[in-house]
Amino acid sequence: MTAAAAPSRRARLADVWYDYRQSPVAVIALAIVVILLVAASLAPLISPQNPYDQATLDLFDARLEPGSVGGGGYVHLLGTDGMGRDLFSAILYGLRVSFTVGVAAGAVALALGATVGLVAAYYGGRIEALIMRTIDLQLSMPAILLALVLVAVLGQGMIQLIVALVAAQYAYFARTTHGAASAERRKDYIEAALSTPLPARRVLFKHLLPNALPPLIVVATVQVASAISLEATLSFLGLGLPMTQPSLGSLISNGFQYLLSGRYWISIYPGLVLMVLVVSINLVGDQVRHVLNPRRGR
Amino acid sequence: MSDVVLSVQGLATAFATRAGSFKAVDGVSFDVRRGEVVGLVGESGSGKSVTGYSILGLIEPPGQIVGGRVLLEGEDLLALSPDKLRRMRGARVAMVFQDPMMTLNPVLKIGTQMAAAVRAHDRVSKAQALARARDALGTVGIPSPEERLDAYPHQLSGGMRQRVAIATALLHSPSVIIADEPTTALDVSIQGQILAEVRRLADETGTAFVWITHDLAVVSSLADEVCVMYAGRIVERGPAEAVIASPRHPYTQGLLASVPSLHEPGERLPQVPGSAPPPMERPEGCAFRPRCPRATDACLVDPVIQTYDGERRAALCHHPIEPDAAWNTSSTSTASRSAS
Amino acid sequence: MEHLLDIDGVSKRFVKQTTLGERIARALGAGGAPEIVRAVTDVSLTVSRGEVVGLVGESGCGKSTLGRMVAGIYTPSNGRIRFEGAPVAVSRGRRVEKLTTRVQMIHQDPFASLNPRVRVADTVAEGPVAHKLVSQKDADAYVADMLERVGFDAASRRRFPHQFSGGQRQRIAIARALAMKPDLLVLDEPVASLDVSIQAQVLNLFQDLRRDLDLTAIFVSHDLGVVRHVSDRVAIMYLGRIVETAPTRTLYAAPAHPYTKALFESVPKIGAGRGVFRPIAGEIPSPLAPPQGCHFHPRCPSAGPRCGREAPVLKSIGPGQSAACHLHDGGVA
Repeated sequence: MTAAAAPSRRARLADVWYDYRQSPVAVIALAIVVILLVAASLAPLISPQNPYDQATLDLFDARLEPGSVGGGGYVHLLGTDGMGRDLFSAILYGLRVSFTVGVAAGAVALALGATVGLVAAYYGGRIEALIMRTIDLQLSMPAILLALVLVAVLGQGMIQLIVALVAAQYAYFARTTHGAASAERRKDYIEAALSTPLPARRVLFKHLLPNALPPLIVVATVQVASAISLEATLSFLGLGLPMTQPSLGSLISNGFQYLLSGRYWISIYPGLVLMVLVVSINLVGDQVRHVLNPRRGR
Repeated sequence: MSDVVLSVQGLATAFATRAGSFKAVDGVSFDVRRGEVVGLVGESGSGKSVTGYSILGLIEPPGQIVGGRVLLEGEDLLALSPDKLRRMRGARVAMVFQDPMMTLNPVLKIGTQMAAAVRAHDRVSKAQALARARDALGTVGIPSPEERLDAYPHQLSGGMRQRVAIATALLHSPSVIIADEPTTALDVSIQGQILAEVRRLADETGTAFVWITHDLAVVSSLADEVCVMYAGRIVERGPAEAVIASPRHPYTQGLLASVPSLHEPGERLPQVPGSAPPPMERPEGCAFRPRCPRATDACLVDPVIQTYDGERRAALCHHPIEPDAAWNTSSTSTASRSAS
Repeated sequence: MEHLLDIDGVSKRFVKQTTLGERIARALGAGGAPEIVRAVTDVSLTVSRGEVVGLVGESGCGKSTLGRMVAGIYTPSNGRIRFEGAPVAVSRGRRVEKLTTRVQMIHQDPFASLNPRVRVADTVAEGPVAHKLVSQKDADAYVADMLERVGFDAASRRRFPHQFSGGQRQRIAIARALAMKPDLLVLDEPVASLDVSIQAQVLNLFQDLRRDLDLTAIFVSHDLGVVRHVSDRVAIMYLGRIVETAPTRTLYAAPAHPYTKALFESVPKIGAGRGVFRPIAGEIPSPLAPPQGCHFHPRCPSAGPRCGREAPVLKSIGPGQSAACHLHDGGVA
């Protein structure tokens, strides 16, 4: 018993990391996500230009090819866009928008969805039926449609965008939480807590929620990726943030008109970054799902 | 000993984990004779089920058989190619699991899957295969077997499903059937029926059984021979009646002594202190040493098998119990009282 | 005699939850009747202070359901369960509200009954703290005392359940129940999932606690040997009904009901020799559709024509012993 006496949380994390490492692809994907995250957060330090500062933009620098030197005297690694923005800088700043929107929307949707799903699973009966039918109804509509309508109603801006994405996504969290919590609800430790009896709030948040969390972590990673691509889609359609704060989606849409005239870089580079980011996050999510799968009998 | 159908010799199976590899089965040897029921008894983690799976070559990574031989009528199963071994399984040696749904397909009728099992090894017509399936169901005491052929597994009770699993194992008249806790999940009255059928089958058809169980009472009323396992090794073996009447190994004795029905109601039960060590933390020498009332410094060294009664009994112990130890006499008297 | 617990004419039916589709189908006249499991039917039983009553039976006999009703996890469909004269729990819509903390339950599987993410100290402390049986600042000492009672030292408090073996976990579950200062314990197969050598440790602990704390208990088990060891009185159940109840020694020496007799004979016994047990014929019927009359009559060796028509009632047949069988009612079945 002495070997098992050490606090276990760190050991369990080490186990999870050991299992995670077994897939090199997932490790590379995680590295990419981390690198992009670091690059985005350090954007003001590493980007040669502040793309949000209209004063530094020079229309004479518009549509420069990758590698050329513009009026600023520095190399435009990935070229410039139609307004003379350095694309490398714009992509880094665009990533900041993507991460902020994705993580904020994911976190709020998780909190809201988890609460709703938990309440449904715990109380059962009519409350459960009402909540879950509403969720089912919402899930039958495409998320993008719901987000489009909401953004159109609420108007442009970061907060409005996040609200729209939360409304479009919380249902996934609610359904996952409900499924996991309903399974846990039937277990003996919940019965033991109810027969003690412990107060409902304690059973809900101390016993039911922590055990329903692991599947939520997986959904959360995937939903962050999907929030990022939803945001890009909305921006591509011109419903995201204003053009003065370009995100990856608006950069792509911006360069779209030049694509056929041979100035591929304006659309392709932001598109590539977006694709790599979304695929990487999904690969990370897949591996986390694999590692946390209880059927693997850990 | 020409009637030995299965001879397990020095079988060892290891599992690789992140923290290193451990031997779940560590040098297990025993013989099974024609028509004999051998009880493989042990507590959880003793290696009894892994032994059963190893005999049939059903060990999958991270597990691996790392030593020993399994001779089925003289042929080493562990040396066979995977293909040949697969043809052997189900035909000459078969397995019955604790959960019969391990072998039954939930979406196929009993008759369909049993006939498929017949035709997997024998070239016979579908009608002949079905006839053999029906006969096998009758053999294990299933009433109106004809109707059961048309049933799906979920339409049968747990006990009935387990009988179907045994009937399926019997289809090719194998020499040996390995049964892993087959009655543990069943009610006592249903368990009794199955044990009675198995005893009859062994006596009448000559099929041998290796009966893996944690239940000493089952072994006592069913088995001819018993092997008691602890921490991956057989610590005691011999005729079931003799081992239960006068155990030689302190672990066997401790197990028997802690059974409540052998004591007066409410009497304090003699208990084996502590619990079995996890496989990675087995102590040096005798693995039972930390829990053993007879342990001395000698037990720091690996014990060797000692045999008695013309090699019919064996114990893996430095300080085996002499046959006339005081506990025996009292236990037999309480046993007879509770049985009356 | 003072009865701590009064179970009076209690029945429990479970109706299989219908889906919306099934309800529509039924409203349109299709689909069958809703499936009703009659888990417990018209059971009466009393438990006196200080007594341990064993509830024995095979699967589907309703022993666990009855135990859960006593523990306030379910409420009866009919009849009343009173603990010191008051109900243990009431139904509020679909939810059950437990009204007392003095009846506590211990589950079969200690790997399922302890929350894997809660430390041992919190598992034991949360009940008594929530009900103000102990103040937050005294909780540590209280938990240490409870854990010591079940044989743990102080170091174990900070650990998580997965760091313990099955037997140790069951002792933690016992400590959790004891921390609520219960008068009545319901133990549902508390040693069934434990290894034989560990079973003895837990049974000995139970006997010690019973003596030290003057506990009253309902001990639910399928294991006749274990029940004989711990109980003062035993009730045998079959398909939702009590078929026989008697003081332990009487019951094991002279079982009166044919089912009790048959059950005893079908149990394999240690040291009795090979193949001496006689199994009961036939299968246990489904509680969805129990046989008419006496539930046991299709398997009973002494069944007569009356047994298929009329359900026998539990009648006193000797000191403390009752049986529900027509054989004891004028001798003609």
